[in-house]
Amino acid sequence: MSYFSDIYQGIKTLLTGMSVTGKYFVNSRKGAITQQYPDNRDTLKMFERFRGEVIMPHTEDNEHRCTGCQKCEIACPNGTIEIIWDRGIDEETGKKKKKIDQFVYHLSMCTMCGLCIDVCPTDAIKWGQNFENSVYDRSALTRVLNKPGSKLMAGVED
Amino acid sequence: MIQLRITEHIHNWLSGMMSEGAVSIVEMVLIAIVYLTVFAIAGLFLVLLERRVAAWFQLRIGPNRVGFQGLLQTMADAIKLLTKELTGTEKADKFLYNLAPYFVIISALMALAVIPFTKEFHAFDINIGIFFLIAISSIGVIGILLGGWSSNNKFAMIGAMRSGVQTISYELSVGLSLLTMVVITGTLQLSEIIEFQKNGWLIVQGHIPAIIAFMVFMISGTAETNRAPFDMVEAESELGAGFHTEYSGMKFAYFFLAEFINMFIISAIAATIFFGGWLSPFGITESIPELGVFWFLAKTMVLVFLMMWFRWTFPRLRVDQLLTLEWKYLLPINLVNIVLMAVLVWLNLTIRL
Repeated sequence: MSYFSDIYQGIKTLLTGMSVTGKYFVNSRKGAITQQYPDNRDTLKMFERFRGEVIMPHTEDNEHRCTGCQKCEIACPNGTIEIIWDRGIDEETGKKKKKIDQFVYHLSMCTMCGLCIDVCPTDAIKWGQNFENSVYDRSALTRVLNKPGSKLMAGVED
Repeated sequence: MIQLRITEHIHNWLSGMMSEGAVSIVEMVLIAIVYLTVFAIAGLFLVLLERRVAAWFQLRIGPNRVGFQGLLQTMADAIKLLTKELTGTEKADKFLYNLAPYFVIISALMALAVIPFTKEFHAFDINIGIFFLIAISSIGVIGILLGGWSSNNKFAMIGAMRSGVQTISYELSVGLSLLTMVVITGTLQLSEIIEFQKNGWLIVQGHIPAIIAFMVFMISGTAETNRAPFDMVEAESELGAGFHTEYSGMKFAYFFLAEFINMFIISAIAATIFFGGWLSPFGITESIPELGVFWFLAKTMVLVFLMMWFRWTFPRLRVDQLLTLEWKYLLPINLVNIVLMAVLVWLNLTIRL
């Protein structure tokens, strides 16, 4: 008689399901995964792999790691990165050396594909966590990533 | 026949001013207005409750912006729907199309009249109360069928036909499970059924068959109100919005409200028949009859929550599974259950406290 065992199994599995959702219901206060965004702005921390925008970290001495090799500019599929470079005199050796003048980043064109960050040999650019990028004028989205007066960190090219 | 017992004071005050016939008409109108207002608002809060409970089941927070903890959210939604344009399809059967929402909402509100909220708060205490409830609850499906048919839309049509299949099938179980309890009480009048339960709630008095009847009633009641897991009438992922695909604005809101009022009605019937209605557990507050409303609403809300729990746990059934469940399982179980209950009552095996 599978008829009665079917009824038994049916009720049992239904109750199993209800106990699972019931546990979630009881624990929902502790485990709510909704972030109430504008309220928690001060404490909001995006997760590590979040792709907000491309940034160039600078040290306290205003030094960055970009050698101006332009690999990111070549890798970028839609011309988001534009490196304006210059030849300067290396202070130690006295030779002429390539260095960046402006690392121009057009956020309005960026698709966050990450190819530039993958290809960078010196880890000069990274993913930033900021995502509040709405502005009234789109020219504000064209950014120069290297800070004024910054220079290449010593030893990066070696 | 109509016993308006809600307030003696208003009755006396009114009869001081006008003739007997005018008084009863005014009272009926007053009570109709009170019920309409209370249940329009109660329906809105049930929608809010559903949304919050759903959110908690899914580890979300739910609407909590409009008013304290989102209490005014559904009010705002209703006001928004009032301002919306009432659209319609070309070649729709305009008369039936406009009539359908009223069928649904009026049948839902009519059923509320016989539900006893407390001893003195019972608008329409007829001696065939349960029969009236079963009859009225099956009128709503006509509105759904009309709405689906007259919309001139395939999805609405399929939804309406599914609703017909579903309601006709599950009506049997609702009726039979209530009749199982009528076997014990020997009366269809809801106030007498509650009086009878002063010796213990019917689910205790009838023990095993009563529990079976309660389970069958909750399952088929959920199906009657077209809620998940029996929401093939709407079935968002299959039919758009089902029978009310073509409705907008306040007509859509009527369908929506009717669904929630029906859920309240099914829970209220279950609370009245199985759990003693407005009687307090073990008669702890028998000296304070005003608390009857509280006990009634508390029991009803627990059952409403149970139906919400079903909704957010079980996946939707297929049509053939739905019919198999009714005709192969619930109906035979129910018939056997009635016989069992009859034997129990005949041999005096019920538990009377």
